[in-house]
Amino acid sequence: MTRVFALFATTALCATPALADRIFVSNERSNDITVVDGTTWEVIHSFPGGQRPRGITASPDGRFLYVCASDDDLVRVFDTQTYEELPSLPSGPDPELFVLHPSGNPLYIANEDDNLVTVVDVETRQVLAEIPVGVEPEGMGITPDGSIVINTSETTNMAHFIDTETYEILANVLVDQRPRYAQFTSDGSVLFVTSEIGGTVSVIDPEAREIVHKITFEVPGVLPEALQPVGLKVTEDGSTVYVALGPANRVAVVNGETYEVEDYLLVGQRVWQLAFTPDESHLITTNGNSNDISIIDVASNRVIKSVQVGEQPWGVVVVPSE
Amino acid sequence: MLRPVIACALLALGQPALAAEYRAAVLRIDKPGRAPSSRLDLPPDDLGFAGAQLAVSDNNTTGQFTGQTFVVEEYAVAPDAALETLEEIIAGGTRYVVTLGDADMTVSLADAAGDRALLVNARAKDDALRNQDCRANLLHTAPSHAMLADGLAQFLIAKRWSDWFLIAGSHPEDQAMAEAYRNAARKFGALIVEERTYEDTGGARRTDSGHVQVQAQMPVFTQRAANHHVVVAADEADIFAVWLPYHTWDPRPVAGAAGLRPATWHPAHEAWGATQFQTRFERLANRPARDMDYQVWLALRALGEAATRTNSEDFAELEDFIRGDGLELAGFKGQALSFRDWDGQLRQPVLLTTGPVVTSVSPQGEFLHQVSQLDTLGTDRPESQCMKGAQQ
Repeated sequence: MTRVFALFATTALCATPALADRIFVSNERSNDITVVDGTTWEVIHSFPGGQRPRGITASPDGRFLYVCASDDDLVRVFDTQTYEELPSLPSGPDPELFVLHPSGNPLYIANEDDNLVTVVDVETRQVLAEIPVGVEPEGMGITPDGSIVINTSETTNMAHFIDTETYEILANVLVDQRPRYAQFTSDGSVLFVTSEIGGTVSVIDPEAREIVHKITFEVPGVLPEALQPVGLKVTEDGSTVYVALGPANRVAVVNGETYEVEDYLLVGQRVWQLAFTPDESHLITTNGNSNDISIIDVASNRVIKSVQVGEQPWGVVVVPSE
Repeated sequence: MLRPVIACALLALGQPALAAEYRAAVLRIDKPGRAPSSRLDLPPDDLGFAGAQLAVSDNNTTGQFTGQTFVVEEYAVAPDAALETLEEIIAGGTRYVVTLGDADMTVSLADAAGDRALLVNARAKDDALRNQDCRANLLHTAPSHAMLADGLAQFLIAKRWSDWFLIAGSHPEDQAMAEAYRNAARKFGALIVEERTYEDTGGARRTDSGHVQVQAQMPVFTQRAANHHVVVAADEADIFAVWLPYHTWDPRPVAGAAGLRPATWHPAHEAWGATQFQTRFERLANRPARDMDYQVWLALRALGEAATRTNSEDFAELEDFIRGDGLELAGFKGQALSFRDWDGQLRQPVLLTTGPVVTSVSPQGEFLHQVSQLDTLGTDRPESQCMKGAQQ
């Protein structure tokens, strides 16, 4: 009886068109993906995501979910509607983070163990190139026009500018210790690179390929060593930058023009990655040590809710309703 | 399709014609000694050198973008050939020498090198080397006895296991470690309720069926000790401590040289990206990394950082950078590491390990410091007896 019911429930779920945005969270330790409803903030599903799922992103049309299954040495692909697993993509060893070309293809993957960025065609599932970069590549960013992809290497401490046509490295910008994440503004005029151990965010002029400013952080009562910038997102209009500060358990709200920190929002423990809902009304944070996500109301900059997910949530992406 | 792209990319990266070369040496002084109590601790042939290889490989990966190449020479010599080898290294133009020797040897090498080379001690833990025997041309990536003892003490105090039964071996290095535990107890408010010395009477090692001899002595040896929360063992010579757990008269946890052990590295350490170091190292050396490998890696990465950040080939400039506030060495410990200007010691968190896992990492959050929390571990500026400290 129970079994029949469960089956029915699953079928019903699959058939229901997505009326709300859905939040997909990769859980590094429990090896699964948690799906949270973007309106009710309730967990609606969970499915296996491969071994040590970390980087997570969705195709521009919202149909496919890509997950770096780091210990499987694969990128796992899922149907965002049915949650069914589709054929995997090759990734090179230990994929941690990746970025999708704005057109939806190809995928640029950082291989932490091999000092490589692997470029994969998501349709033919072929590796197009392997680009040697610095030690422990991690952060991946791409210009809005898709012409340049950025990789940050954690031990080399550089942001590598890679030409997406020739796969050549055009420039290397030395940043502070352990760069984790690279993010362009939507107009491509500014590149942000977070440095976990350096405790800074480098603001880079992508034209000049030079650091023009460094954002620093200070929270009374929190040890400076704990202020470790990791994930970063910028609002569409570039007015506000949100920076996840890892073990400081806070998200910094930074003015996108003056680069002054305006507020620190207390979220869960070891806040790692961030994602906006499509209308930018909310920002979701993954909190690795408290096994939850925090929901931030962007208009008021208030944390409105936390939702329990799997073990050690790492990455997050929001798929819009249809 | 793949290969040409890689070749192309590589060509585009460096400027081989302009490449600056950075030379370093690792000088390991091997003293014939007795076998360790456990065969798991047998020293591999490439001990320390494997860490050097990884560091140079990491430095060179970065160097391909900056037009810098790194080279390391490795020497494993007997004590009587050490000074001669150092002369050879210096004569060859190498000015950055990582040493793996005991305290006396380290001082002799530093004195012999004078201002011709900067030495980094990646092995000797003696507090004297950071105090009365410190040298101006000597840095330390090896932890001091005091750092290790303080790291353990903080954890025990945070646990409120404040009453210690201290057991030290009879060798001078055991006594030096015991002194570090006494200082740590004083510093963090623990009480040493009883102290005993285990005399090494020779024999009783693996070859001599240690498990029947030393093991059999442990229960009686620990009998009728004053009430204590924890046994703290100082046994640098590796004579008895491994036999303490489960053999103490009273059912008490053991820490120090056995049980909960303070260390700079452990093959199970995974936090702060350490997994990447472990997998890179294991692929290169076909074995798990030891403390000494990590400490050599740190020493050579410091040189790599100096080269990357200063973009200079001038040794004085590189040395200034390594010693200065600008060094923010990332060592998979969750915060930037740098050398203390008063005694040349690298400030670094201490792992507290138990068998297959890292149980905790010190400094513990409860212990604050006005400058750097890392300076709650080891000899702090006001306590330093190193002349460099006195001059400032």
